[in-house]
Amino acid sequence: MSKRTIEVELSTTGLDAQGRPQRVPLVTNDGGTAVALEPPPGIEPDIEGEHMLINIGPQHPATHGVLRLVLELDGETVVRCIPHIGYLHCGFEKIGEYRQYNQIICWTDREDYLNSIGNNVTFALGAERLFGIEITERCKVLRVIACELSRIMSHLVWLGTFCIDIGAFTPFLWAFQRREEIYRLIEKWVGARLTTSATRVGGMAADIPSGWLDGLRQFNRTFPHTLDEIDRVLTRNAIWVGRTVGLGVMTPEEAVNWGLSGPMLRASGVDYDVRKDFPYLDYETYDFDVPVGTNGDVYDRYLVRFEEMRQSVRILQQAVDRLPDGPVNIDDPRIILPPKSKATSEMESMIHHFKVVMEGPRPPIGESYVANESPKGEKGYYMVSDGTAKPVRWRIRPPSFVNLAAIPKMVEGHLLSDVIAINASIDIVMGEIDR
Amino acid sequence: MKSFEVVRTGAATSGGQPVTPKNVPHRGGEANPSAKALQDKYASAIKRTEVIWGETVVYVDPSSVHDVIRWLHDDPSQRYDFLSDVTAVEYRDAGVPIEVVWHLRSLPYRRFLRIKAQIEKGSLLEIDSVYDIYRGADWLERECYDMFGIRFLGHPDLRRLLMWESYKEGYPLRKDFPLRGRFSRSEQLRQALAQNTEARYSMEELTIADAFVDLPPDMRERLSKGERTGE
Repeated sequence: MSKRTIEVELSTTGLDAQGRPQRVPLVTNDGGTAVALEPPPGIEPDIEGEHMLINIGPQHPATHGVLRLVLELDGETVVRCIPHIGYLHCGFEKIGEYRQYNQIICWTDREDYLNSIGNNVTFALGAERLFGIEITERCKVLRVIACELSRIMSHLVWLGTFCIDIGAFTPFLWAFQRREEIYRLIEKWVGARLTTSATRVGGMAADIPSGWLDGLRQFNRTFPHTLDEIDRVLTRNAIWVGRTVGLGVMTPEEAVNWGLSGPMLRASGVDYDVRKDFPYLDYETYDFDVPVGTNGDVYDRYLVRFEEMRQSVRILQQAVDRLPDGPVNIDDPRIILPPKSKATSEMESMIHHFKVVMEGPRPPIGESYVANESPKGEKGYYMVSDGTAKPVRWRIRPPSFVNLAAIPKMVEGHLLSDVIAINASIDIVMGEIDR
Repeated sequence: MKSFEVVRTGAATSGGQPVTPKNVPHRGGEANPSAKALQDKYASAIKRTEVIWGETVVYVDPSSVHDVIRWLHDDPSQRYDFLSDVTAVEYRDAGVPIEVVWHLRSLPYRRFLRIKAQIEKGSLLEIDSVYDIYRGADWLERECYDMFGIRFLGHPDLRRLLMWESYKEGYPLRKDFPLRGRFSRSEQLRQALAQNTEARYSMEELTIADAFVDLPPDMRERLSKGERTGE
């Protein structure tokens, strides 16, 4: 009997147990006549066993940028998740090797663009350790204000977009309204909203203008009301709880082993905050609490980030109260630019101005890794110097890159619609992941 | 719902709260106690220990890196359970070996340690993966392979991560890689235009959906020859 199958001609022998018609292919025997085969057991494709490949992104609003997820679905359940990144890769670390330290600060704006001023501070701290500089007290407090403002900003964007992903629209508008207020404060201070480049090695680009602190006090007073409003709408909302509780659970051991950091790690119940455990900028002298979750699911991540905003307001209030007078920049003309008025009137200052701009400050041979508690987690800058004005290696430790690597672990076994909630709960910024 | 105890970091330290480091010296200063412990335990594998700007650097022989990190992770008096970063450094001086760098944190003891392994330029760029110790090393090692061409032995899925898999220009963060790329703009454009825009999925992903048979014959042929598509 030949094995040639005649696909077009099918004989129906009857109905199977499920009531579907059983179709049997006809084959030709040696004489050339078509005969029906015995009905094989699995001739109809088993619908339960058939897996489907679905592609989300890279151009999809719920992927928060250009993330692409290839999902293997069994019905609506995710069996496997394969993330693809790199669509926004532009070689920041390579470019950093060709730039002076102060020039790299402009690049730190562009990676995690929701926390640009916090990145500026982290990079300046790393470079200052490499140079062996102690910054002034006023500068420290200003940097704390900058970091906490950008934490609130980043969390507000996260909250707004997370709400939209899950289907709530109103908190998005409330959150973005308050974010706009912070942007106005930042713009008054450094002149830019998103790409701030606010710090310099050894100080800040600018001191705060007069009356700026009143605006910050006003924000500190009114912002908790907005938080209360959002809290009332979301935290006990049955739809909200139903869409978030029990999703993407990471146990504390898993979370530490996968290298998660920031709110992702703390939601799992690990009390690790760089500000508390490896302090910088005198964070140990501020009175604030670190919220820690218990279940490690999407709901706990929401609660942790929400409480962090309240704690940031507490830190801001203390920083406003203690802000000392005095210079912002250190007094070292080899590293920091002299005031413009001096550079145009004094020979000495002009020479320093020229040398800082054209040659750039030179750190001694060495290396430094400085980590900062960014809104997304442990943000680290690793710099290696060979004594020239440009680093040999500038490495970014992106927190959302490491957090995103755990997404296959978190989404597998959940429904397709939960993938969106879990992905939103990681708080990714693709600019930082791809760099 | 299962509930967990809060894991307290710094629970194993008897001392008080940590403070912001101030006036750290360039070289020297107090070393991380783990460096001494490593010296006692793996005397032959530890090449030297340095303290730079208050950060302890331990240079380890490349062949015993995995053992050293495994011990640091498992030993109850060390407990380096958090892998911050895996990366590599290539110096401008061509005679200096490439360094692979691990940044480890011990959350219970609040310690930070930098492990370095030097690989000579002429030799094979290979080192043991720490994927079996830290799952977080997955993407970090893949990125390091993508950017420097260092092969991490034992990594289950060592593919390019940020660059696409058919990227032919080499390893971008190596010092011999020009800033604007190895190929000219016209060649880069030509390659981009010649790419098959339909080849969106990798072979592995296509087998999930049994979609391989539905592909056009020429693409099926190229895929079965081992061409990697997708990203």
